[in-house]
Amino acid sequence: MIGNEKGQKGFDPGRRRWLTDGLRTVAGVALVAGLVGVQQRQARALPATAIRPPGAADDEALFQGACIRCGLCVRDCPYDTLKLAQLGDEVALGTPYFVARDIPCEMCDDLPCVKACPTGALDPELTRIEDSRMGLAVLIDQESCIAFQGLRCEVCFNICPVRGKAISLNKQHNARSGKHALFIPVVHSRDCTGCGKCEKACILDEAAIKVLPIALAKGLLGQHYRLGWEQKADAGGSLVTPDTPHQYNLPEGMRYEHGGRGLLPAEPGGAAVPSPAPSAPAPYPALGPGASLGPDPSSALAPDIMPPLPPAAASPFPANPLETLNRGGGI
Amino acid sequence: MKPGDRPGAEAIRRKGWFVAHRWLLARRLSQLVILGLFLAGPWLGIWIVKGNLASSLTLEVLPLTDPLLLLQVLASGQMPAATAVTGAAIVLVFYLLVGGRVYCSWVCPVNPITDAAEWLRCRLGIKGGARFSDQTRNWLLGAIPLLAAVSGGLAWELVNPVSMVYRGLVFGMGLAWGVLVAIFLLDLFVGRRAWCGHLCPVGAFYGLLGGVALVRVGALRRERCDDCLDCFAVCPEHQVIKPALKGADQGLGPVILSGHCTNCGRCIDVCGREVFAFTTRFTRSAHKIRPVNTGDNHPQEVSS
Repeated sequence: MIGNEKGQKGFDPGRRRWLTDGLRTVAGVALVAGLVGVQQRQARALPATAIRPPGAADDEALFQGACIRCGLCVRDCPYDTLKLAQLGDEVALGTPYFVARDIPCEMCDDLPCVKACPTGALDPELTRIEDSRMGLAVLIDQESCIAFQGLRCEVCFNICPVRGKAISLNKQHNARSGKHALFIPVVHSRDCTGCGKCEKACILDEAAIKVLPIALAKGLLGQHYRLGWEQKADAGGSLVTPDTPHQYNLPEGMRYEHGGRGLLPAEPGGAAVPSPAPSAPAPYPALGPGASLGPDPSSALAPDIMPPLPPAAASPFPANPLETLNRGGGI
Repeated sequence: MKPGDRPGAEAIRRKGWFVAHRWLLARRLSQLVILGLFLAGPWLGIWIVKGNLASSLTLEVLPLTDPLLLLQVLASGQMPAATAVTGAAIVLVFYLLVGGRVYCSWVCPVNPITDAAEWLRCRLGIKGGARFSDQTRNWLLGAIPLLAAVSGGLAWELVNPVSMVYRGLVFGMGLAWGVLVAIFLLDLFVGRRAWCGHLCPVGAFYGLLGGVALVRVGALRRERCDDCLDCFAVCPEHQVIKPALKGADQGLGPVILSGHCTNCGRCIDVCGREVFAFTTRFTRSAHKIRPVNTGDNHPQEVSS
């Protein structure tokens, strides 16, 4: 306060100045605080390519409240994967992130970045890197991925640190050639940590497989859905009236195999020969006809190799059963 | 101060250039050594200190955390891990001992920039400009935890030039150079000591600690003062000097108790009559330190 001498008519210049100064200051600070607050709201929108280190909260707002932007995680990252957002980056200033296509997370077993965090913004309860969920890989461009052209690539499948679990190869029919297979990479959220090595390794100029924030990548099945086969497995039996077995009017001595081989000669003795059981259960149900490739493609391929047909002399029918089937009429 | 003299000219004549600049040199050395410790890792591979001023780890054992940042984390509704709490406690105790705004004058990377702006402002004879209330920083300081509580994030850290500059120096600047230039120009053209002396809420926070801190500057031999005004000219918070230096009649001083004194020691440097010295806040008079014949007849209180 400058002066207190009262002027005429009770006018007090010191008090007036104090008031106007105070109001000016408060208004200025409120303006700045408002702008900063708005900025903070916008800063929550993390670009999809920016991935937080292991153990960071899924909720970006929570992470930005816990991280004090010290960079100790960056310092202890042995692969220089992590970096701190600089002024002008799209990521909230000073917070750690990485871009998978530049340097992916190498998934250190001892989690040095999490241990370095002084505030717990990287959750210290995360002790196994396999449990981290930095994001989720998505094969986002099926048009460009050469596996969908029938070319053998499988680089993402092979580079995956959670090999065979986070990405599996599903064999599908190649309709273009009619006789080849497509080996389609499929990501499984149960095991994908979002490390980004697949995105880094993708051979395209622009990766067809990308790690995205989980919230962006994951769908969610409505809570009211009940999958019949799961219900059946849980209950130990069918919960509805079982279907009556299908009856086929097959030629005598023939049987029909549903696994893709079609009409086959029945085995002597009448019992239908079961198709050869897979040597190891595939970890995931196949998407299309054909088994998925498990951890070792060579063993997983085995079940679909056809057993040799019995010699023609053992059957009273022509070698090609279709001749019997189609006798007397064209298709 | 003779006409035409720059502040401290008499001190240089009496004490020599080095002694008349020793605290300034010590501060610059402190700022450089701390920055050097942070940069030795990324530049030379010598990892003595990791992190930045927000939180650091020295020699893999000593955690240090900025208490204002920790306060924001708490305000945002989250409980930080023990390491950060320990680090903040160590920093708090340290600044409560050596004087809160020692951070500003001995550590903060913005200080050399605003000091340079002030130096140039004097040299160019730039006067006047916008007048910011020095309460602005306190209002801003109040707004910081409030922003964290409302937004749930460390909103201030999106714009905080202090942490931005240090993080920039150690981890990469990005566009933070622009902020440095802006602060320099603000202090040079817009208002004298505008940033550090009026606006910076980080300084206001450490000023709160300084209000109760142990080590203080005192005008211990204030009776020697010849009113040359050199100390007022160089002091970045010159309002703190008057009560200590001229408050004897009102029973004030001789120690500068205001938290806004940054303990920079520049007044000690430029005083040709060695009025000022570092002391503790509990000092009541100069007798215990060095008896001075003051020439007045009032019985002096012995320091408590």
